[in-house]
Amino acid sequence: MIDLILEPLQYSFMTRALLVSLVAAVTCALLSVWLVQIGWSLMGDAVSHAVLPGVVIAYLIGWPFAIGAFVFGVGAVALIGGIQSTTRIKADAAIGVVFTALFALGVVLISRTPSSVDLSHILFGNVLGTSAADLVQVLVIGSLTVAVLLVKRRDLTLFAFDPAHAHALGLSVRGLRALLLGMLALTVVTALQAVGIILVVAMLITPGATVVLLSRRFDRMLLLAVLITAASAVAGVYASYHLDIATGGSIVLAQAVAFLLAFLFGPRGGMLARLRGRRRARASTTGASAGAASARTDGVVP
Amino acid sequence: MSAVQITELTVHYGEVLALTGVDLRLEEGRVIGLLGTNGAGKSTLFNAVMGLVAPTRGRVEVLGGSSLAARQRGLVAFVPQSERIDTDFPVSVRDVVAMGRYGRLGVTRRLRAADRAAVDAAIARVGLTELADRQIGDLSGGQRKRAFVARGIAQDARLLLLDEPFAGVDVTSQALITRLLHELRDEGRTVLISTHDLAGVPALCDEVVLLHHRVVFQGDPAEALAPERLALAFVGPDVADAAHAPDPRPAQLRGDGPAPSEARDAGPAHPLDRTEEPA
Repeated sequence: MIDLILEPLQYSFMTRALLVSLVAAVTCALLSVWLVQIGWSLMGDAVSHAVLPGVVIAYLIGWPFAIGAFVFGVGAVALIGGIQSTTRIKADAAIGVVFTALFALGVVLISRTPSSVDLSHILFGNVLGTSAADLVQVLVIGSLTVAVLLVKRRDLTLFAFDPAHAHALGLSVRGLRALLLGMLALTVVTALQAVGIILVVAMLITPGATVVLLSRRFDRMLLLAVLITAASAVAGVYASYHLDIATGGSIVLAQAVAFLLAFLFGPRGGMLARLRGRRRARASTTGASAGAASARTDGVVP
Repeated sequence: MSAVQITELTVHYGEVLALTGVDLRLEEGRVIGLLGTNGAGKSTLFNAVMGLVAPTRGRVEVLGGSSLAARQRGLVAFVPQSERIDTDFPVSVRDVVAMGRYGRLGVTRRLRAADRAAVDAAIARVGLTELADRQIGDLSGGQRKRAFVARGIAQDARLLLLDEPFAGVDVTSQALITRLLHELRDEGRTVLISTHDLAGVPALCDEVVLLHHRVVFQGDPAEALAPERLALAFVGPDVADAAHAPDPRPAQLRGDGPAPSEARDAGPAHPLDRTEEPA
C-alpha cells in the first residue's frame, strides 16, 4: 500500500504533476462556489475556451502561456459584457457567440503554426510534462488568486447574494463583478497546465455544485470544496499513474465520482436523504393532516 | 435637513419618459408611502434616490448630500422585495444582518466584538434571536423581511427604502413590521416605502406621495386615499381631468401611449405587476 503511494513520488515529474494539480484544484474549488451560486457556470465555460488563441500566440512568440491566456480571458469577458450592454442579445447567446469565435480562432491559428504547438496538450493538459518554470508560474498565480479570493470573500459573497445592498453601502458593484471575473481568468490560467482548456470547466463547476449537496453555510462550502477537490486531484493523479490513463481526465472523473457520492448520500438534497424524507412524510400524513411544508407558508404567496 | 430633496427631476429611458419635473421634499422622521400604478415611476424614483439611474435633468439630494455620499456614510438601507431574494443562497439570518456592518469594516470585513453585539441587538429587536442561525430560505416571508430590516438597523441607516414590503407577507407579520417601522421613525429615521398595496397604507404611513410620472399629491394618507385623489394616480390625471382641454403632454404620460410594457419602469418587475388591480 505504502509503495503504491510512494513509488510515483520517486519521479520528479510526478511530484510536479501532483503539486500543479493540487494548486489548480484549490484555486478552482474556491472560485467555483461563487460561480455556481451566482449562476455563472457558463461564464466559466466561456472564459476557459476563449483563452485558446492567447495560449497559441504566447507559444508562438515565446512568452509564458499565462500572459496570453489571461489577456484573452479578460478580453472575452469584456466582449461578452459589451455585446450584452449594447444589444438586446441575452447573456447565454452573447457568451456562446464570443467563446466559440475565439476558440475557433485558436484552432485556426494552430493549424497554421509549425508542429511545435501540440493541440492536445493545450486542450487536455500536459500535467506530466510540467517543467520547473511551469510549476513556479502556476504556484505564483495560484497563490495570488487564492489570497485575493480569501481576503475579499465576504465582499464577493455579498455581491453574489445581494448586489443592491452592496450598492446601498456605496461599494462598486461593477468593481466587484470585475474582480470576480478577473479572478476567473487567473483561475483558468492556473488550471490549464493540469487539465487543459476543455476540462477546466469541470474544475470550475463540479466543486461548487457538489458542496451545494453537502452544506448550506458559505464558509463551510468553501472548505469542503477545497478538501474534496484536492482529494480528487490526488486520487486522479495516482489513478493516472497506476492505471496508465490520461491525468486530466482522471482528475475530472475523480471529481465526478465525488459529486455522485454527494448526490446519492449528501444530507442536502441527496437521493437517500430525499427517499428517507418521503417515507417519513408518508408515515406522518397517515396520522395528522399534511403539514410537511409549514415553515414557508407565507413566503409562497404569488 | 430633509431626508430626500428632489428638484426638477426628469428621467428618460431612451424614448420613454419615466419621470418628469418631479419636485419632492421628504422630511426626516416620517414613514412615507410612495404610491402609484406600474410604470408610474416608483421604481425610477427609488433608483434615483439610490443613485442607480442618472437623471436626464434635475437633482437628487439624500440627507444633505449626493446619493453616493449618503451611501458611503452608511446612511441608506435598502430592503428588497421578497421575489428578488435568492432563498437557496447559503447565508444565515446572522450573515445577512452582519452585511449591514460591512460599510464600517476593514478590507476583509471581519466583524469586531462591537459589530457582533450590534448584529445580535438588531436581530433581537426584530424578534429573530431564536432563528439567527437558520438559513435565510428557511424563514417565512414575513420573518425574512424582518431580517432585512434588521440589516438596516445593524447598519444604523437614517433612511430606509422598502420595496413592496408586504408582498408575500402574512397579516401577523405585517402588523409586526408596521410596529417596527414606527419605532424606527420615532428614533428619527426616515422610512420610504414603495407600494401599490393601498390597504396597508393608513396604518403604516404618516404621509403619502401619489406618483404618476410626476407628483400628483403629497400629504395626509386619508386625503390621498380619497377616490378623486387616487384617480389622479391610478387612472391617470388625463382621465381624472377629462373635462379639461386636450392634454399637451407626450403620449406616454397620458396613458393612451405605447403598450404598457414600453411605458413601464425600467426597474425590476414586481410580482403584483402581473395583476391589473392592486391586491
